Formats: sequence, structure tokens, C-alpha cells
Amino acid sequence: MTKPPAKARPHFADEGIEKGVQKLTGESITPVIRDILKTEGGARLKVYMETCAHCGLCSEACHHYLSNDRDPKYSPAGKVRQTIGEILRKKGAVSPGFIKTACEIAFTECNLCRRCVMYCPFGIDVAYLMLFVRRICHRLGVVPQYIQDTAHSHAATLNQMWVKEDEWIDTLHWQEDEAREEIPGLRIPLEKEGAEIFYSVIGPEPKFRAQLIYQAAVIMHVAGMNWTMPATPGWDNSDMCMYTGDFEMTARLKKAHFETAMRLKTKRIVMGECGHAFRSVHDVGNRFLGWKTEPLPVVHAIQFYYELFRDKKLTVKQKFDQPVTLHDPCNVVRGAGLHELARYIIHETCDRFIEMHPNREHNYCCNAGGGVINCGPPFTKKRVTSNSVKAEQLKAVKAKGANIIIAPCHNCHGGLEDIIKHYDLGMEIKFLGDIIYECIKKT
Amino acid sequence: MNPAEWDWQTGKKTVADAGKWRNIFAHVDALYVSPDGETLAAVVQTEDLLFSVCENGRIWESRFDKISCLRFSPDNRAVALVSKEGLWTVAASGNLWANTYEFVWNLHFSAAGKSVIVAAVYQGRYLAVSDGVPWSDGFFSLSHLTVSPDGRSVAAVVQTVPLAAGDLAAFQKGCYTAAVNGRPWDMNFLNVWEMRFSPDGRRLAAQVRSTLYDYTIAVDGQPWAVHFASVWRPRFHPADGSVTAPVRVAGLWTLARDGEIFWDKRFVQLWHHQYTPDGRHIAAIVAPKFGVWTVAVDGRPWALTFNELVTDLAISPDGNRVACVGKTDGRWHVAVDGKPWDGDYDMVWPPVFSPDSRHVAAKVEKNGRFTIVVDGRPLKFEFQKAWEPVFSPDSDKILVKGMDDVNGIYTRRVVALPELSV
Repeated sequence: MTKPPAKARPHFADEGIEKGVQKLTGESITPVIRDILKTEGGARLKVYMETCAHCGLCSEACHHYLSNDRDPKYSPAGKVRQTIGEILRKKGAVSPGFIKTACEIAFTECNLCRRCVMYCPFGIDVAYLMLFVRRICHRLGVVPQYIQDTAHSHAATLNQMWVKEDEWIDTLHWQEDEAREEIPGLRIPLEKEGAEIFYSVIGPEPKFRAQLIYQAAVIMHVAGMNWTMPATPGWDNSDMCMYTGDFEMTARLKKAHFETAMRLKTKRIVMGECGHAFRSVHDVGNRFLGWKTEPLPVVHAIQFYYELFRDKKLTVKQKFDQPVTLHDPCNVVRGAGLHELARYIIHETCDRFIEMHPNREHNYCCNAGGGVINCGPPFTKKRVTSNSVKAEQLKAVKAKGANIIIAPCHNCHGGLEDIIKHYDLGMEIKFLGDIIYECIKKT
Repeated sequence: MNPAEWDWQTGKKTVADAGKWRNIFAHVDALYVSPDGETLAAVVQTEDLLFSVCENGRIWESRFDKISCLRFSPDNRAVALVSKEGLWTVAASGNLWANTYEFVWNLHFSAAGKSVIVAAVYQGRYLAVSDGVPWSDGFFSLSHLTVSPDGRSVAAVVQTVPLAAGDLAAFQKGCYTAAVNGRPWDMNFLNVWEMRFSPDGRRLAAQVRSTLYDYTIAVDGQPWAVHFASVWRPRFHPADGSVTAPVRVAGLWTLARDGEIFWDKRFVQLWHHQYTPDGRHIAAIVAPKFGVWTVAVDGRPWALTFNELVTDLAISPDGNRVACVGKTDGRWHVAVDGKPWDGDYDMVWPPVFSPDSRHVAAKVEKNGRFTIVVDGRPLKFEFQKAWEPVFSPDSDKILVKGMDDVNGIYTRRVVALPELSV
């Protein structure tokens, strides 16, 4: 059989990558890469790179590979080989053109979702290797424009969305006013020292999805929680710097977040429905700072809602009557094993639940995570066409009767919305909080 | 703030019955107590569905659409950020500033409490306002409001250059600097973060980032000549004017002074360093190993460590003692001079030294009840709510502020230290 000719990788123009590469020369690249390899490329990098047997078992795990005609270029091992593999082989002596391609692979063809880790006989963490490539790109100044702008926002405001200090407080006032129309005694307690819970959200909530703060306030109020939100920077738990490779900024963001919780003397941080932020607060940023675990307990919304139903703090007035399915977000399922808790909440609140397949830790990524959606419009088409396998998965569950997808993660919402639109699936996406708000007894 | 003028007669005084407030008002927010313990205050919702402040049962004359923050100044005045018809200002003991703004936030006081400072937006421009007097010019944005100890100088991180969405080049050229009393430094940076004034309020040091990768300290607008992989908040020496800051070098943290490495020890983490009052010693929170936290004095870590965190570092007035809050296996502790107190708690507030440095006290919480622990011994009183203790100027007594029972009666107790019992 004749092997089909390899398809060229399509090119997508991005100002951040293009202008970054223009500043590079072969001479400027090598010392930077060699410095990173020397100072940050320790045993973990060496073990992974020397252990990979190129067996290809990771390929079937990757939605990019599956959605691009099983082109080996998009297989996890293939992406490693084309990027950090080549960098190591050439001892950092690579060209600006190489960096351009490596940047696009690392930032837009891998979601750091870690599905492939489960398929690798050695458990090689390809997400770590792709992040290592992103770290190199960051140090070389070659990062996609939109996500770099987000990293700038984090640095300037300590939140993801350029939300100014007054805008944050004003949004909480606004949501409190709205919620008090429904529940007159409700407050969004600001700066309440000694509250049990610091409720933290990601930047897009005050910017685009303020109703989620409203809903969370109603849930807190109905459940009788002793909670607060800060009126200072440090309120945002999100972290795109973790994904651009700017780990120094990741550390700064997490320091602000945890120290805000400590200043308020709260006993734990409850986070909204975000996956990557949970990864940053619970697993990554805390460790950059020297904490072995979380210095204060960090509770994802899935865990929190589960507690509230388990402890009868919330009761359901009427179950959600349309069939629902669940998209398991990578960072809270493969990353933290919260899948059964999510199903517990759904069974408490919904009449009919239909599993999509594969599910739980085997679920396909939305292709938005890992900062891929944050690389912005230049890559939207690539992002949706590189996840046709997700579209097929959704079509199949829709055929079984589920028109509502519950996705307890912000990036998953963005990614799935684009897939639904592109493939004309006619499905609706909800957060667990949407369902809970709709179904619980409020008085 | 002059505790010498407070009532230090030993005994218990009932100050206010907040329980009754709940019968009068539709809503009573969080309760605050003045530093001298003589006043209990809360934001309350009045019968007309507006908001006001109740102090010891007396309500301010003014009513507001919103009150976003209520705090006591160090000189015992209740101060709130208030809004009427969409415009915001500051109310101190019920008296409003003359000017109004689109928004005010970030309430600060000078150490003695005389000055009240906020951040504000006026006609779309961002500025600081001290005692009702705004900066003459505003900026595109403002953050990290910082006040000198005497309150005469106010600084903030300001944006002096407009920045279009997605304009990476403009950001990396530098749009931010520090402004002192409204005057920006000459040099812009990518970022400026947490700043600190010198003790006399005449100089300002800040963390800055001059490229995406180069962090250093800028003093009065001049960055140190050397850059680091990262830095934390700087601090001025109490006497000689030098500036120290934690800096990250080759993956580990140490202390630098005026741009040169100052401590020979390296740590996985080092932050929140403090000088003794005479400037001869420095204590800091450090992680000598990954996941191991303690206090280091002049670079030498205590043998006592905590596996989750250390916070709320405090140095005694004589400079000879150091205290902190630590957390291990989910339990909160107080440690003084490298030795832990016996108890473990659900939460611990910052330890406080007596003026003579002999005693340490901290507010603690266990099983939903609060008490004060002095030198490791809990007071016999327990409260449903308590505020942080204050030692008398002669260090012989301690002021304990607490709500005794579920009815919401707030009492102020002055207890002689020899009377303390377990």
C-alpha cells in the first residue's frame, strides 16, 4: 500500500508569534534554550525523554490526532519529537522558523489535558513536556498574542480580564442588588474577616458571566454559609501565566490569592466552576511557591455543591426535567478525580442523566483548555476542526436524547460552544450552578 | 492612637447590645469594634430600605443607598465608604467629605489614625484622596494604594499611558509607574507592585519588572542596577536608609540590600521580612526546604517548622523576640522565639507583643468559640465573637473585647495580667 503524502501543517497568522520570531536570530535562541535546559531541565525532563519508546500508544488518546485523520504529526509523541525532541537533539541550536512552529504546536495543538498520560505504558507526562516548550517560547518572547495579552492583564491587575479594582467591587454590588430583588436579605459579604469561606472566581465571571456570582450568592445564602469575597486584588483564582510559561507570574498570582485568604482569616477557599484555575491553585502555583500542598484547603465548586447536598444544606424544589449529559473537565477529573461527585449532584438535581462516551477520566478534552482557547480568534477554526472527535461524541449523546451538556468549567464552556456552533449540533451548555440555582428551594 | 488615654481600669463594661439591633433593623451587617473597645458599630438597613451606621445603638443621621466598607480608624472613629444617588464619598463618624466621586474604595488610615485615604475615580480618571483632598491629576488606572506612616505621603501604582486591547508592544514598553502624592516617577515599567515608604515617609521603594524576565527594586524611581528572576516587597532600614528585599537567584530565595546579595543563606521561599526597631536584626518567613516553613532571624532558621504555612510574623518592641502563626496538618498554632504554644486552634489571629516585650497575646478560635491566649495560656472567658487584644501602655493589663453570649451583648474587659488564669 502506498503511504499517502504527509499533509503540510496549515499556517495561522498570529501577531504575537510573528513579531516575536522576527526579533530572533539563531545566535539569540541557543543561549536562552541552553540556560533553561541547564537550570530547569532536570531529571524529570531527562527521564521522560529517554524513556519514550515511540510506541505510539498515546496517539489514540489525543483528540488532535484523532480529529486530523490520524496524522502522526498530531500524536503526543509526534509533537514531543517535533519540539523538545528536536531542541535536545540540536542542543538548542534551532532556527527562528523552528521556534515559530514549535510555539504553534505547544500552544495550539496540545491542551495539556493529560489524557495521553493514561495511555502511555510509562506514564510520561506529555503536558509537562509541552509546558517546557512553552516555557522556552516565553523566554524567547514568542507567545500567541491573545494569551500573552491575558498574561499582561494578570501582571498588571492580578486578574485575567483587565478588571480594575473599582470595577470588581462595583460588579459585586451590582450582583448583590440584583439578587436582593429576588431574596431581600441576601448580601455578598465583602472583606468579612473570619468567614469560613473565601469564595473565589475567575476574571471572566465579573467581566462576562456576572450572573454566576449572583447564582453563587443565592446558593451561599440559601445554604446558610459564612462566606466572603475580597474587595482587593487576589480575588481571581485563574492563571494563564501557568500556560504561557511565565511561572514567576504564576507564583505572584497564587501568592496574592492565598495571602488574601490568609488576611481574611478564612478557613478554606471555595472556587467557582473552573478547571484550569483549580489546577493552578491546587496543584501548580502553590508548589512554585514552596507549599507542598495547599496552605489552606481549596475546594472546587463540584466538591462544595456535593457537600451542600450531602449535608442537606440544599434541597431540591423540582428536578431539572430535561435530559442532561456531563462533560468531565480534564483538570478536575483527570486532575482531581471529582467525576463521581459531579454525578452525585446531577442525580440530586436532574430527572434524567445520559452518559456521553467515553466519560469520566477517559472523556475527550473540549480543546479549549490548556490556554488553547485563550490563543484567540486566529486559532478558532483550527481549534474546532481539531476536535471533530468531540463533536461526534456530542452527536452520539444527543441522539440518545441529551440536549443539555453540563460542563463545570469555564474553558470547557467556551470550547464546547464553538464546537456546537461549528458542527451545528443545536445543544445547550450549563454550569452545575445554573442547574442548582434553577432547582433548589430558595425560601 | 494613644492608648495611654484609654480607660485602663480593670473590670468589665457592657458597651452595646447588638442583639437588640437585630430587632430594630431589617439587616445588621458584620460588627466592628473601635481599637479602644468603647464603640461597637455595624452597617444597618433602616426602615426606608436605605443603609446607615449604628454606633453603640445610635444611628448616623445620614442614610445611604450603599455602604461598601466600615472600619474604625486607629483614633477610634467609625469611617465608611458611602453612596448616595450613585455618587460615592467617605463618611467619618457620620460626617461626609465635601467631594463626591464615581467610586471610592481601598480605605486606608495613617498609623496614628488622623488621616483617611481612599482610591477614587473622578470623571473617569483614577486618583487618591487624602482627608477629602484629591490628587490634582488622575491616571488611566490606579492600584496598590500605599500610605506613609504619618499619612502625609500617599503612593499608588498608576498607568500613565493608554493601552489598547492586545497591544503587546505598548505594554512591554512600559505603561505603569508609581506616583507619590499625584506625581508619577519619571521612568515607566512593565509592572510595579507592592511598595513601601521609608519610616519618615520621604522615600518610596517598589517591586518593578522592566522586561518580562527582569525583576528588581526601584527606589524613588531609580531601579537597582541588578535584576533578579523575581523579587518580593522591599523594606527600608529603620535608620540608615538602605533597602532590602527578598530576591530569587538560581531558583532559590535570599535577601538583597541595595542591589547586592545580603544574606548568604538560600531558601526555597523567603518573604515578609521585618527589621527589629533598632535595625540590627531581620526576621523573615522562610521555607528552608520544599514544604517546610519557619522563621529565620538574620538568615538562621528556627529548628521549629510547620508543614503547611507560616504567617503573621511579629517582632517585639525591644527587638529581642519574634512570634508567628504557623499551621501544621490543618491545625493553627502560635510560636514565639522558636517554641510553640501548647494549644492548637481552628484559626489564630496575628500575635501582639506587650510594650515591654514580655508578653504575647493572640485571638484564637476553636469549635466556633473565640478566646484570647496570653503567653500560651487561654483566658477563662470564651466569646461567640471577639476582637484582637491590646496591652496597656504599662504592659500590666490587657484589653479584651468580646461578645459574651448568643444575645449579642458586647463587653469590654480590662484584665490585670497577674489575674489571668487557665
